[in-house]
Amino acid sequence: MTNLDTALDRAALGSRRDGAARVYLDHAATTAMLPEAVAAMAEELSQTGNPSSLHNAGRRARRVVEESRELIADAYGARPSEVVFTSGGTEADNLAVKGLYWARQAGVAGEAPSRPRVLATAVEHHAVLDSVHWLAEHQGAQAEWLPVDSRGKLHSGALAEAIERDPASVALVSVMWANNEVGTIQPVAELAAVAGEHGVPFHSDAVQAAGQLPVSLQRSGATALTITAHKLGGPVGVGALLLARGAEPVPVLHGGGQERDVRSGTLDAAAIRAFAVAVEHIVTHLDEQAARVRQLRDMLIDRVRAEVPEAILNGPESGPERLPSNAHFSFPGCEGDALLMLLDAKGIACSTGSACTAGVAQPSHVLLAMGADDARARGSLRFSLGHTSTADDVTALSAVIGEVVERARRAGR
Amino acid sequence: MRVLAAMSGGVDSAVAAARAVEAGHDVTGVHLALSTNPRSYRSGARGCCTIEDARDARRAADVIGIPFYVWDLAERFDADVVQDFVAEYARGNTPNPCLRCNEKIKFAAVLDRAVALGFDAVCTGHYARLLPGADGTGASRLARSADPNKDQSYVLAVLTGEQLSQAMFPLGDTVKAQVRAEAAQRGLAVAAKPDSHDVCFIADGDTAAFLRSRLGAAPGPIIDHDGQVVGTHDGSYGFTVGQRRGLRLGRPARDGKPRYVLGIEPVSKTVRVGPAEALDVTEIRAVRPVWSGCEPPPHPVQAHVQLRAHGDTYPATCAIDDGSLRIRLHRPARGVARGQAAVLYDGDTVLGSATIGAAA
Repeated sequence: MTNLDTALDRAALGSRRDGAARVYLDHAATTAMLPEAVAAMAEELSQTGNPSSLHNAGRRARRVVEESRELIADAYGARPSEVVFTSGGTEADNLAVKGLYWARQAGVAGEAPSRPRVLATAVEHHAVLDSVHWLAEHQGAQAEWLPVDSRGKLHSGALAEAIERDPASVALVSVMWANNEVGTIQPVAELAAVAGEHGVPFHSDAVQAAGQLPVSLQRSGATALTITAHKLGGPVGVGALLLARGAEPVPVLHGGGQERDVRSGTLDAAAIRAFAVAVEHIVTHLDEQAARVRQLRDMLIDRVRAEVPEAILNGPESGPERLPSNAHFSFPGCEGDALLMLLDAKGIACSTGSACTAGVAQPSHVLLAMGADDARARGSLRFSLGHTSTADDVTALSAVIGEVVERARRAGR
Repeated sequence: MRVLAAMSGGVDSAVAAARAVEAGHDVTGVHLALSTNPRSYRSGARGCCTIEDARDARRAADVIGIPFYVWDLAERFDADVVQDFVAEYARGNTPNPCLRCNEKIKFAAVLDRAVALGFDAVCTGHYARLLPGADGTGASRLARSADPNKDQSYVLAVLTGEQLSQAMFPLGDTVKAQVRAEAAQRGLAVAAKPDSHDVCFIADGDTAAFLRSRLGAAPGPIIDHDGQVVGTHDGSYGFTVGQRRGLRLGRPARDGKPRYVLGIEPVSKTVRVGPAEALDVTEIRAVRPVWSGCEPPPHPVQAHVQLRAHGDTYPATCAIDDGSLRIRLHRPARGVARGQAAVLYDGDTVLGSATIGAAA
């Protein structure tokens, strides 16, 4: 055993002090890799070959990449040429938001932007949110935050109103497919149609949706969709921007000209293959898996409400407007980080669902945008289920959530 | 016991947490984020609660093998320590922010939260010893560290017996050099990290500039003890009783001797200066006494009094008078500043602490 193994073992023992089984309810952060994806990746990792090389080894690796590209394109209603591999969701979001913004400007660098307006909801993931902020601070963009209702939904009328104020000045619209914190599903096709009427590119971060909902580039009418492997059983470090034909974002990464010059960088054949294997498995079993997870999630919501009647479910009720895997509550009088720590000590992993600075939880920008006050935003927890979840996980949570909330409330704010 | 170990990212709190684990306790590490705007890196020996410190604390917890979290206490710290620090200077006092942090943050806000969350004690890397209290009271007594150079009992003396009974100082019987050696043996990367000095929330160490940015310029006269105006200043908060350097007096004193700050009068913005002998005091009145795990003395007591961090002690007779403490030093002390703590010792054991309100 190496020193690292020993140290990690000790750490695991330390956090498993009460002998409780580990219960993982944080699949929205990342989920276990599917065994077939691990096997495919391990096999490919033992091969040598740069997919851009012209010799036999390169051609072999390239074939792996292209077969994977075809599988992923097929799964998400895109042509193979419309799949641009990236290092993950954050990079794909940056490429879509910055790249499409730059591509939409008529003049040369240094001039005032001809289409300065970037429209996005205030509940976007930070990869979109901060990209838009950056464009506003450094590139002369005007960020406009589209309003959501108390359940986190953007109505297409609100988007139409915003665009119609001056359609010619809009560079792009970015609205996530499903919210990572509260699970709200946006009416993406409707929204993309509104943007399309005015010829405005429409990007959607579909990172949370791609493993749980039918997602199609073509049927959605979107210009660009972000997906990532590690939320659906593939490895961390690979994702894609699905980019409708005709959309030509200005590259963010310059270099060897891979991915038709849109995204330079050596293609990671092993990760891409595992990504495709996971996608294939997920879309084949999408309906049964979504139904199974939804049932567990509804059980979780019922049990938590039974144990803690004053708990507030954030986002839409269970139904077509909520991600099947997501349950998100505010526990009045509690702080999210106290709840998380107490649950962690009992072997249950969940999330406060918010960004960190040096590990410090900030009140959720999503809940604040939905009209929640600061206290409600701070006192919230996300439970998210996935392909390894079982009824035992839900039972384990319901066995302790009452006392945990009670204790966190005593600890106050 | 379930123990919450406050981990600053420094070597002391890391070794303290490791010792608590070794003593058989169920330990959880917590880094206190105290700055609303954490800087990325430490600069030398100054500052704390940077992102780098949080990472160092996390890595120490990994090596020790304990769970680790960050608690955000920035708002409480700002209200109870930083703003108090500024307000005290504005009143012409010289506060000790470490003392205030122990009193209001580590052994109040953090301890209260820890107890509510099911912990039995808060463990820190302070250099001070805890002794069992008198029979039946359950309270602990505080005593000086085995390392006289690192002793921190002065900034902990403000804790009550109840607070002390829920505190744990595993380094009290050890000298610093040994703690560093032990950290290296345990594989803790912070073994050679420099000690923190100065005020943690003033990253560049320039207290005067920090106060100027909070309080603005408030120029006024510098007056010699005979009433002569001998100079001007930009703000009386830039001075501490006993200070000699940085007075920039326009004219030399008539007696040709160096001048020291004798007193600060913030309302008239006046700084009084005078010769060294005028700094001598023997009578001190100190307010808000706290008794460190013992009953208030019913009669005047003989004690040794320490008047600033790492300062000398003076034999004295101390008596409670109308709720405050009257201290008569048996030999004069020089440069006693309002706002500092007067800590009473019986040998190495702390009796109590009170805030210096007036000295003559």
